[in-house]
Amino acid sequence: MLRKLLIALAMVAGAAQPLLAAEGASDPKAEFKAFRSYFTNRFPKLALDDFVNGPYSMDEGLRKQWKAIDEFPPYDFAIDKGKAMFATPFKNGKTYGDCFPNKGIGVRQNYPQFDAKSGQVITLDVALNRCREANGEQPFDYTKDDMAALTAYMAFTSRGKPMDIKIPDDPRALAAYENGKRYFYTRRGQMNFSCASCHVQSPGERIRAEILAPALGILNAMPIYRSEWSGMGTTSRRFVTCNSQTRAVPLEPQADEYRDVEYFLSYVANGLPISGPGARP
Amino acid sequence: MKRSLALAMVLALPLTLGLAPTARAANEADYKTAYSAAEAAAKEAASLRHQWTVTVSALAAAKKAADGGDFDRAVAAAREAEALAKASIFQAISEKEAWKAMEIR
Repeated sequence: MLRKLLIALAMVAGAAQPLLAAEGASDPKAEFKAFRSYFTNRFPKLALDDFVNGPYSMDEGLRKQWKAIDEFPPYDFAIDKGKAMFATPFKNGKTYGDCFPNKGIGVRQNYPQFDAKSGQVITLDVALNRCREANGEQPFDYTKDDMAALTAYMAFTSRGKPMDIKIPDDPRALAAYENGKRYFYTRRGQMNFSCASCHVQSPGERIRAEILAPALGILNAMPIYRSEWSGMGTTSRRFVTCNSQTRAVPLEPQADEYRDVEYFLSYVANGLPISGPGARP
Repeated sequence: MKRSLALAMVLALPLTLGLAPTARAANEADYKTAYSAAEAAAKEAASLRHQWTVTVSALAAAKKAADGGDFDRAVAAAREAEALAKASIFQAISEKEAWKAMEIR
């Protein structure tokens, strides 16, 4: 009797699984198209590549200020520092370049990546800290300073290259993409805001003194120098700040959800040029 | 009718004169009860990864008031923290499905 019951349960479970998978499964290719169409339809006069310039693409006055600021870019110091760090060997004689394809030059557009071995999304920042630890060095803080300098330099060597994020044929990769998408659209904090509340529903609008950037290509300029921060910040710093502004307790930098939302946002920005490091108000 | 009005006036008199019985001042036990309820709700919100900064602030304010011996204020802050934590739990649960309504399709 028990055996029959178990078999019956197994059959029901087996029959239900594909249905559940079909109902909940993401279709990244279709979603990529829908995401892009939403923004290009909403801002038909905007050149596609201009979306990566965030708020500057939304406001002419702000764009003029940016052009003036960019004559002496505030992130230049970070690029120089990152370049020097990149060239300086670890204590064991190896360098960052030894951890990356093409010695780490012009590869930023390929991150984040899904790592089949760990089953996790690996951002450029995580890859850099993994490289450090593999070579006997202490990991850097994920939000600013040294990490921002290293990623600024690597982004600079990729400027103009189109974002090229892959979702391999692996259910774990699709689950990570799906998790990132869910995080992006989920409301949180006392303000009851999702990432999409600002960057899908309201790009170009003001929130207090700031002009909101469109979600399309929003990470292509990372890391950024923010006047508000009086310094450089990474994608982690941006996510942490966004969460705090909605009165949600931020997650730890490079938490699974943050890495997954970076994976999602980078995938839907495929084809758009890397413009980092950037400068923002 | 006149009798009822007179009775009502007599009953209302102490209130008018400020003689209404006042609420009992909160004590440490009240605070501990309120704080532990708030803390439990906040822990649940954190486990759902939907903690609000204001919940954490209200919990800290409750503790600070209690440390200073102001249990009325401590209980009020703890109750506020519990209400905020419960709202964040509601948000976490409802958003499990509600996020789909925001998705670009």
